[in-house]
Amino acid sequence: MVSLLDIIGPVMVGPSSSHTAGACRIGLLARGLVGGTPERARMELHGSFARTGEGHGTDKAIAGGLMGFRPDDDRIRDALNIAEREGLAYVFEKTTLSETAHPNTVRITLERGDRSHVMTGESLGAGRIHITEVDGFPVEVHGNHHTIVLVAEDVKGSVAGIAQLLADASINIATLRLTRKEKGGDAFMVIEVDDRPDEPVRDAIRALPWVRWSHRLDKVSG
Amino acid sequence: MYSSLLAAIIDAEASHRSLSQLALDTEAKDQGRPVAEIRDALRRALVVMRGAIEQGLVGDLYSESGLVGGDAAKVALSTKGPFTGSPFADVIARALAVQEVNAAMGVIVAAPTAGGAGVLPAVLTGLAKARGISEDEIVSALATAGLIGAVVAERASLSGAEGGCQAETGAAAGMAAGAAVEMLGGTPTQVGHAVALAQQGTLGLVCDPLGGLVELPCVFRNATGAAIALAAVEMALAGVTFAIPVDEVIDVMGEIGREMDVRYRETAGGGLAATPTGRRLARERLVQIKRSGG
Repeated sequence: MVSLLDIIGPVMVGPSSSHTAGACRIGLLARGLVGGTPERARMELHGSFARTGEGHGTDKAIAGGLMGFRPDDDRIRDALNIAEREGLAYVFEKTTLSETAHPNTVRITLERGDRSHVMTGESLGAGRIHITEVDGFPVEVHGNHHTIVLVAEDVKGSVAGIAQLLADASINIATLRLTRKEKGGDAFMVIEVDDRPDEPVRDAIRALPWVRWSHRLDKVSG
Repeated sequence: MYSSLLAAIIDAEASHRSLSQLALDTEAKDQGRPVAEIRDALRRALVVMRGAIEQGLVGDLYSESGLVGGDAAKVALSTKGPFTGSPFADVIARALAVQEVNAAMGVIVAAPTAGGAGVLPAVLTGLAKARGISEDEIVSALATAGLIGAVVAERASLSGAEGGCQAETGAAAGMAAGAAVEMLGGTPTQVGHAVALAQQGTLGLVCDPLGGLVELPCVFRNATGAAIALAAVEMALAGVTFAIPVDEVIDVMGEIGREMDVRYRETAGGGLAATPTGRRLARERLVQIKRSGG
């Protein structure tokens, strides 16, 4: 459903809602995977992101997002210099990810402490984004809900367990998707929720014996 | 939100509401938020729009490539033009100002996109100043603009990569014309004619930015888009009607966009971007951006 505030908005640093605001939101979501500003980040820019990204500040916008800047934060202009001061070692590469990839796609590989993740995101225009892959698992995250991502051993009742835990915390589930690479293999769960899960909820999910890891990705739009 | 502007006009007139009130009531229901909260968000957007205009009119901003900048101030300070001192000249300067700020990575409101962000604030704040319109009435006009943009998003497109510039500055001109007509006392039916009159003037407009950058001709397209919006406002308020219903005009914009060759949809493969000078400038400026640390 189109909202008035999607049309009159977002408030953003220019010059492009897809190449700047959307790129920043992809960076913000990636930051959630490692729970803070990464120490190292490798960005593989594809298609139009690779061809015209520099002129649109796509690199600054992604780096800014990784440091927690939102699309209207004017520090984005200086994000690459700030990244050097903040100890974020970044590298941008131009590549072709696949023949069918969206024209505005970036694959981000992140490291922070002992955490390391890979995420692929597309910028769809007007600041809207779509995360398509996390650590090799196909996902669908749009960043307009608070989202919990987790990898679980493939045990029976895992979905019910999570649903109960969220219900007990009065958190309403908007969508829940489960994907596996193979039968009996680890399951990747993406749960979009209406309310921001607080730290006790996050810790309770992490304490489930069959959850390998779990992260909260705060919503970045809407 | 509505996917037919004609349906919205019928509902507004049947319930004796303005299109802005209808848009706000519909948004409140769709999103489960109070009208006051939506008005507050639009008011915040208006503050950012005014900030961008003010910043751009100073005239010391240039895009990183150096391709655009400083022209808003030229128009604002000029005494040479036939429209010097008029609302028309003021609106043109304001449209350039916002888009120069956008090109320089300043803060703007995408309305509907960043590349078309100059038209709506320029037309609304420029005409409001000329006619002594209150901030509250401008906020209402922004809701009307949002309704019009939502209809265009549903029926056609708001992306240069999908529909060419007619879907960005063209859509912005339609939104601005319709919103301004309501703000200046027009009826919902007159708003519909204003949108049709503005949108017909931008049909077929290609998206052909040099080097793919939101700079040239984007900055100037926002000024000419605002001029088209002003022409539509003048006609619609005078009672001029457009024989093709507004929904059909929007539909045909979408159709032309889908038929448009990919060279004319933000790829820098055709139009001004592919002229000999366009190619040379893009090459030189991209090298410069890289040297300056991008």
